[in-house]
Amino acid sequence: MSEQEIILRLKKIVEPYVQRLEGLNNFREETDFLRDLEINSANLVDVVLDVEDEFDIMIDNDSMDGMLTVGDAKDIIQNKIG
Amino acid sequence: MSRRVVITGMGVAAPNAVGLENFHLAIRQGKSGIRFFPELEKLNFSCQIGGKPEINEELLQQYFTPLQLRGLNSSGIVYGVISGTDAWKNAGMEISEDSVPDWDTGIIFGTGILGVDKFREAIHLIDEGRTRRLGSTSVIQTMASGISAYLGGILGCGNQVTTNSSACTTGTEALLMGFERIQQGKAKRMLVGSCGDDGPYVWGGFDAMRVLPSKYNNIPKEASRPMSATASGFVPGSGAGALLLEDLDSARERGARIYAEVLGGEINSGGQRGEGSMTAANNQAVERCITRSLQNSGIEAEELDCINGHLTATARDSTEIQNWVRALGRKQKEFPYINSLKSLTGHCLSASGSIECVASVLQIYHSFIFGNRNCEDLHPEIEALVHQDRIPGKIISQKINILAKASFGFGDVNAVAIFKKFND
Repeated sequence: MSEQEIILRLKKIVEPYVQRLEGLNNFREETDFLRDLEINSANLVDVVLDVEDEFDIMIDNDSMDGMLTVGDAKDIIQNKIG
Repeated sequence: MSRRVVITGMGVAAPNAVGLENFHLAIRQGKSGIRFFPELEKLNFSCQIGGKPEINEELLQQYFTPLQLRGLNSSGIVYGVISGTDAWKNAGMEISEDSVPDWDTGIIFGTGILGVDKFREAIHLIDEGRTRRLGSTSVIQTMASGISAYLGGILGCGNQVTTNSSACTTGTEALLMGFERIQQGKAKRMLVGSCGDDGPYVWGGFDAMRVLPSKYNNIPKEASRPMSATASGFVPGSGAGALLLEDLDSARERGARIYAEVLGGEINSGGQRGEGSMTAANNQAVERCITRSLQNSGIEAEELDCINGHLTATARDSTEIQNWVRALGRKQKEFPYINSLKSLTGHCLSASGSIECVASVLQIYHSFIFGNRNCEDLHPEIEALVHQDRIPGKIISQKINILAKASFGFGDVNAVAIFKKFND
């Protein structure tokens, strides 16, 4: 799966949780889930569950803690789907 | 000086209608909301009927954001948010996106149990060792105060936001607690109400207690029979009712429509002493609750025009009538008009008090008394005390100046609220 495709699918996953919609216009590796998209921090666990379902992977707690940006998430996914 | 409190908005999600105008029409027409549920038959329930508000996807989308709808599986929150939001809008209030909360508005929105189906989901996941799959929505949908928390966030309330719980007294108690807060000058507006979950996991315990009717599964609309000689138990129901209580000065300033005034009321308990128990009321406590509600409201027993009773359709209906007769010192043709909404909705448990308060206030505002369904065969003990004319079977047109709404609940708890037609 290409990086481009992963990021596109990620964007679809986070969309419902985003409170700052402008953040979606410039959705790239540097995009920070909390700061740029203003996703409620409680919803981050839901984003992780949705990512697991979408890519059929399991994200452990340590990886979850390091998942602050789109790039972090992409790396984790790439790593898991090998 | 204590403040006067009026009702300026109402909302309701009841088994026989969702939305205030639909509900108004339904109680005028004597429409029953009791249905047969195949699910209950499959689960071997004795009572396979009940009352649930009918809510479709389209309606849900009007009250919840797509994000809120993700994983939403708490019927009480659905009904509570619909009725609470409706009451707010019905009062002519706007939902502000302001970053500053509305410090003058609070919420007391009760429930008996919340998010039972959501909790069941969680239990299955946890037992499978998959706790992390609960996500973030489990807590907020199953905490008792979930309903006041949802409404508080939707409306941006900055005064007291809480949930009360006192079984079937909950809704009427919430109203009186909100009333007191405004009366004391601590808030200008209080959204009060109550909601209740439905389905087998809420109703099963009552089925096991054998307090639900089992012989009406093929004729559900005849099952809920308050005050009838053939009453054989209450039909379980659910839903929510909400009323916006407002300081009279604030209502006047806004030029708000005033449905009725809350004069006062009383909340007490029989302490499960004497004939009182976990499931039955101490009669002295009920009488005292009625008497004090009148005293607190500054009215005499003769002034009472109408009673909306608790009257669930059990053997205790006669006892309730006896208590009213004793407390008021009025009987036969001198007894006030009396009716029970439960003949149309079933017993909506924690939601019953507030749904019935909404029905009561509609009667005052529109000058009518809705008919009691299914009590053509009045219970002989009731007939001996109250003239049949005072228990109308069909709607009557009647100006009501003062109405008493009573709710009694498990735990031997009581609440009576007194409403008055608003005269400037």
